[in-house]
Amino acid sequence: MWRNVFFHLLISAVVFLTSGCLHRETPADITIINNAEPESLDPAIISGIPEFRIVIGLFEGLTRLDPKTAQPIPGLAQSWDVSPDGCTYTFHLRIHLVWSTGEPITADDVVYSWLRAASPATASDYAGAFFYLKNGEAFVTGKIKNRSLVGIHALDRRTVRVELNHPTAFFLDLCALPVMSIVPRQTIEKYGDRWLMAQPLPVSGPFELAYWRPNDKVRFKKNPLYWDAANTQSQIIDILPLGSPDTALNLYENAQADIVLDRTLVPGELLDVLRKRPDFHPFNYLGTYFIRLNVTKKPFDDPRVRRALALAIDKKLIVTKITRGGEVLAATLVPPWTANYASPPGLGYDPVLARQLLAEAGYPGGKGFPRFEYMFDAAAGGGSKLHQDIAIELQQMWRDNLGIQMDLRQVEWKVLLSSYSDLAYEAARSSWIGDYDDANTFLDCFTSQNGNNRTGWKNPRYDTLINQANAQADLKKREQLFRQAETLLIHDEMPIIPIFYYVGLNYFDTNKIQGFYQNILDDHPLEYLRKVSPKPKVQSPD
Amino acid sequence: MYFARRLTFAIPLLLVISALAFALVHLAPGGPFDRERAPASPEIERNLKAAYHLDEPVWKQYLRFFGLVWQKGATGHWHHEPASFNISYKYRSHRVSDIIGQALPVSMTLGALAFGFAMGVGLPLGFITAARRGSWPDYAGSFLAILAVCVPGFVVGPLLILVFSVKLHWLPVALWESPAHMILPAIALGLFFSGKIARLFREGMLTAAQSEFIAAARAKGLGENLLLLKHAVRIAILPVVSFSGPMLADLLTGSFVIENIFQIPGIGVFFINSALNSDYTVAVDLALLYAILLVVLNLIVDFSYTRLDPRVKYE
Repeated sequence: MWRNVFFHLLISAVVFLTSGCLHRETPADITIINNAEPESLDPAIISGIPEFRIVIGLFEGLTRLDPKTAQPIPGLAQSWDVSPDGCTYTFHLRIHLVWSTGEPITADDVVYSWLRAASPATASDYAGAFFYLKNGEAFVTGKIKNRSLVGIHALDRRTVRVELNHPTAFFLDLCALPVMSIVPRQTIEKYGDRWLMAQPLPVSGPFELAYWRPNDKVRFKKNPLYWDAANTQSQIIDILPLGSPDTALNLYENAQADIVLDRTLVPGELLDVLRKRPDFHPFNYLGTYFIRLNVTKKPFDDPRVRRALALAIDKKLIVTKITRGGEVLAATLVPPWTANYASPPGLGYDPVLARQLLAEAGYPGGKGFPRFEYMFDAAAGGGSKLHQDIAIELQQMWRDNLGIQMDLRQVEWKVLLSSYSDLAYEAARSSWIGDYDDANTFLDCFTSQNGNNRTGWKNPRYDTLINQANAQADLKKREQLFRQAETLLIHDEMPIIPIFYYVGLNYFDTNKIQGFYQNILDDHPLEYLRKVSPKPKVQSPD
Repeated sequence: MYFARRLTFAIPLLLVISALAFALVHLAPGGPFDRERAPASPEIERNLKAAYHLDEPVWKQYLRFFGLVWQKGATGHWHHEPASFNISYKYRSHRVSDIIGQALPVSMTLGALAFGFAMGVGLPLGFITAARRGSWPDYAGSFLAILAVCVPGFVVGPLLILVFSVKLHWLPVALWESPAHMILPAIALGLFFSGKIARLFREGMLTAAQSEFIAAARAKGLGENLLLLKHAVRIAILPVVSFSGPMLADLLTGSFVIENIFQIPGIGVFFINSALNSDYTVAVDLALLYAILLVVLNLIVDFSYTRLDPRVKYE
C-alpha cells in the first residue's frame, strides 16, 4: 500500500511539473530585484518604497521626476502656468493623451484621481499631500463632503486648475508622487479593491502590467499608447520581490538579474569588498537614521537629559564600525543634500558637556537615573543585525560616558510601529526617508498634530515656524524659518537624536545597463532603462 | 465507519483551531494598518479600520470571517454581509484564494520532491544500517543520518548553492523556472527528513527482526537479506508511515527558510509573513489549511496501517 501512496505522490509531482506551475515564457529584457513583495500597486494605497518603484512605471502624474536629478519635469501635463501669488496652478494636458486601452485621458480623469486619493473612503496614507490644496485637509478628514469645494477643477478637456492654500515650493514635486497619479475611473468603480487585476488594465504610464504573481514577479510590457512610447527603451521588464541579500547577489552574479535596487540587498558581510567594485554604485540618499525619545516619560521630559544623551554618542564609531557603507554622520534631521536648504548646526560628540547637562538635570554621574529600555526591530533582510549592533554600541557609550543603564529590547516591526503610535516606548530606533526634495518632508513630521511625530513632543513655536515657512514664497526667507524650526528640533529640544544620513547602494553593470542613474530619492523611471551588449574592449592608442 | 467518525470529529477540531488562531493573531500587538508612515490624520486610520471592520469586537470579526453576519441596512432590511476569509489586509489587490491557488501548488511540488528524496535516501540508508548492524556501514550510515538531522536547512541550502551553482555551475542559484531549479531546494528541504526516516526505519527493522515470526522464518532457513526484505520491512515501515503524515503536511505547506534562500514563490513565506504583518485573515486561513492537511494525512496514515499490518483493525 505505501508503495501505492508513494507512487501516487510521484505521479502528482510529475503532473505538477508539467502543468501550470512552471512558466516557460519570453525572457525579459531587463530583470530588476526590488526587495519586498509589493503590498499593492494602487497608487493611492501604497506607502512603501518597493511599491513606489513599480507604480511609477504604470501610472503617471501631471509631473514626473527627471531620472538624473529627481526634479519634477512635465508628465501627463505638458506645461503649466502659476499665478503671481503662487497659489493657483493651471495645468495643460498633452494633446491626444490616451489610456493603454485607447480611451482618452481627460482633465476629468485628473480631478477624479485626485479626489479619489484624497477621499476619506480611500483612506490613503499619503492623503496628506492634498492638505496643501484649498479645502484639501477638510475634505481628507471628512469635515466637508462637497467635492466641488476642493481646490481642483477641470476647466475643459485638457485644462486642470489647482488652487492651493499657500504658495507651496514643492507642489510640482508632490504632483509626481504616486498618490497624485492618474488612474482609470471605470475600472476602479467596476472592480473595487481588486481593480489592478482587471484585464485589460488601463494605465497612463509607460508600461502595462503583463501580470503580477504574488511573491514571484511583476512583469511589465511596454505601453505602445503612452505619450512618449517612442522613447521607452525596453519591451519587457521583470521585477522580482526578493528579501534575501545572498540570493540577490547570487542571481546578479549569475546574470539572472541586471539591477539590484536596494541597499538592504547587499550582504552585510561582503559590504567592504563589494563597495569597491565598479558595478556597485553608492549615492547620497534622502533619509536619516535617528533615535526617538518619548518626551512624555520621565526623565526624557527634560531637554537637558535628551541633549546629554545626544552629546554622549560617538556617531563616527557607529558609521565606521557598524554601518560601513560610507554613511555620513548626522547632527541634523534634514540631510545636507536637500534642495534649497542648509541645516543649522546641531550637536556634536562632547561627553564632558553631556555629563554636565546630566548633572544639571539632577543625575550627577548618572546617579538616580532610572534604568530604561531601548526598542529596535530586526533589520530588514533578516540576516543583518544593523539595529541591534547600533543598540549595543549606544548602550555602551551611554554607560561609559554618562553612567546610565539601558536595557535592549528587540521587537517585531509591527510591534515597534504600534509602540511608536501609542507612545509605549522610552527610546527607540527610527528613520525617515523623504518623499520629495525639500526640507518640509522631514521637518513637517514633528509638528504637534502630525501622525509621524510619535515622540509626544509638542512645540507651538515650532508649529508656527513650519506654517510660516510653508506660506512663504521667498525661498531664502523660507529657509531661514525652517532653520529656526530645525534648531529647536535638533539643538535646543531634541525629541530625536539624528545618527547618520543614509547612503543608498544600487548594483548594476554600466557596460550592460544604460539609462539608470543615482539620485537622492532613489527614484528610477523604468522607461529609460536599456540593456546593451557589453562594449568590446577598445585598445588605447598608446 | 471508523473513518467517517474521525472525519466528523475533525469539524469541531477545525473550529477550535480557527477560533484559537483568530484570538492569537488579534492578541498580538500591532495591527495590519500600522505602517512606518502614519496616515495623514487619525480620521484616515479610523476609516480604514471601519472599511475592513477591524473596529468591531473580535467575536463579531470571527463570525464575519465565516460570513455569519447579518446587518440591518438603511432601508430597515437585514442583509447578509460577505465573508472576510478571502480578503487579505496586507495584499488588498489579491484574494487569499488566488494567493493560495498560485503558491500552494509550487510548495506541494517542492514538498513532494523533497518527500521523494527523503524516502529515496532514508529508506535504503535505514535498511543498510539495520542489516549490517554493528559493522562499519552501520556506523557510517548512522553518522550520515544524524548529520542530516542536525544540519539545518539554512546551512544546507547555501552550501548546496555554493558547491553546485556558484562553483560547479551545474544548477541554477535560485528561482523556480525549470526542473533543474527544483533539484537543490528539494534536497535542502528533504535532507533533514531523510535522516529522520533512516533512523526511524533502522529502529523499526531492528525491532521487527526480534519478533517471533521473524525467528520462525529464520528457523525455516530463509536467507537473512531476503528475510528482512520480505518480512521485516512490512512491520518496520510502520513508524515511518506514521511519521509521514505530519512530515508530508509540513513539506507540502512549504518552508519559509528554503523558499527564501531559493526565491521560490511558495506558500511557506506567507505562513510566516501573514503573522508578522498581522494579516489576520490570511494567518487564520493558512493555519486552517495546515490543520486540514494534517487531519487528512493522518487519516491516510491510519488507513494505510490496516493494509500494511493485518493485526491492525479499527472498530
